[in-house]
Amino acid sequence: MNINLTLIGQSIAFAIFVWFCMKFIWPPVVKALEERKKSIADGLAAAERGLKEQELGEKRAAEVIKQAKGKAADIIASAEKRGGEIVDGAKQDAKTEGERIIAAARSEIEQEMNRAREALRGEVSTLATAGAAQILGKEVDASVHSKMLDELAAQL
Amino acid sequence: MASETLTSTGYIKHHLQNLTFGKHPDGSWGLAHTAAEAKEMGFWAIHLDTMFWSVTLGGLFLWGFYKAAQRATSGTPSGFLNFVELMVEFIDDNVRGSFTAKNDMVAPLALTLFVWIFLMNTMDLVPVDWIPQVAHLMGIEYMKVVPTTDPNATFGMSIAVFFMIIYYSVKNKGVTGFAAELTMQPFQANNPIVKILFIPANLFLEGIGLIAKPVSLALRLFGNMFAGEMIFILIALLYSSGVVLALLGGVLHWAWAVFHILIVTLQAFIFMTLTVVYLDMAHHEH
Repeated sequence: MNINLTLIGQSIAFAIFVWFCMKFIWPPVVKALEERKKSIADGLAAAERGLKEQELGEKRAAEVIKQAKGKAADIIASAEKRGGEIVDGAKQDAKTEGERIIAAARSEIEQEMNRAREALRGEVSTLATAGAAQILGKEVDASVHSKMLDELAAQL
Repeated sequence: MASETLTSTGYIKHHLQNLTFGKHPDGSWGLAHTAAEAKEMGFWAIHLDTMFWSVTLGGLFLWGFYKAAQRATSGTPSGFLNFVELMVEFIDDNVRGSFTAKNDMVAPLALTLFVWIFLMNTMDLVPVDWIPQVAHLMGIEYMKVVPTTDPNATFGMSIAVFFMIIYYSVKNKGVTGFAAELTMQPFQANNPIVKILFIPANLFLEGIGLIAKPVSLALRLFGNMFAGEMIFILIALLYSSGVVLALLGGVLHWAWAVFHILIVTLQAFIFMTLTVVYLDMAHHEH
């Protein structure tokens, strides 16, 4: 418990320790702490910004969806209209075509009939003559009765 | 214990003797083999145990914190670095609370003081016979492991603090300002003659106040740790006095050690805080 040189030794050791601590320990730790504080603050600010941006984005998305819905409704309406037009057109075409086919068939039938009639007409005189000959029992000269036969044929 | 007879007095005295290296009265240098020899050496002697343990513990603190400081980044801290940052923030908060001037040296100084004193005090919790016994086996006669129970260690620190107080007082207030602070208060007068008459009284009071700072710093720490160490030594005496007393000693030892953890931390904290406060006073007029 004597006071001696240890006193000075301790003071020197103490001074060196403080110097070392001030030079090599305190600054890097405090710097790291400051940096971390800053990065945390930055992170929080970024998160805030992100939230705001998300909100904006959601609003924009809702708007876009609304527009898209409107556009889709328009497209559907016009498509329906166009579909109706196409169906109507097709119906019209079909009707016209049907009528045309019917008309063609009718005229063909007419032609056929006329042809048959012409053919019959040609045969009438022969048949009539033959019928008359059978009835009269004698031959009928067609040339004699040609006027009458023609008239008969014309009646057909 | 060494060559002394194992009486209680001898045991206690042995535990309170530092390992002293110095100049014998006959002129030769060497270790003191008895307390009387150490006393005869006077000022030109050094306590090897105090120096060894304080420098070792201080070195341990600086090494550990330096390692951690080099790994310090703004990323996620882990393990020991976490603890170091906790300490640094704790000290930083304290210094910010009681030190208002701008000085980059005060916070590292406070950290060094706190951790170093804490580590030196903590040596008190190592059972009193362990290290001296190992030292004895190695042929070292005396070994006092708690540097803060040596007034040389506590005064060494407080005198360094004292010089810092004077340095910063003069630096911030000028020689005249500092002198005025010591001579123009607490008694004040407007009459110049009365003012001069007051100087001796003021200088006496303020001088005591100034000297009391390092003395109280050192003695408070020394007194607390010395008393704690002494109680540990007394409790240790119980171990050699029968089974019942030895058991009682064990219980007491445990209880005192738990209580001593508080003293160890508190004394380190008080030394640090008062140093910061004294330095703050050195930076401001009052």
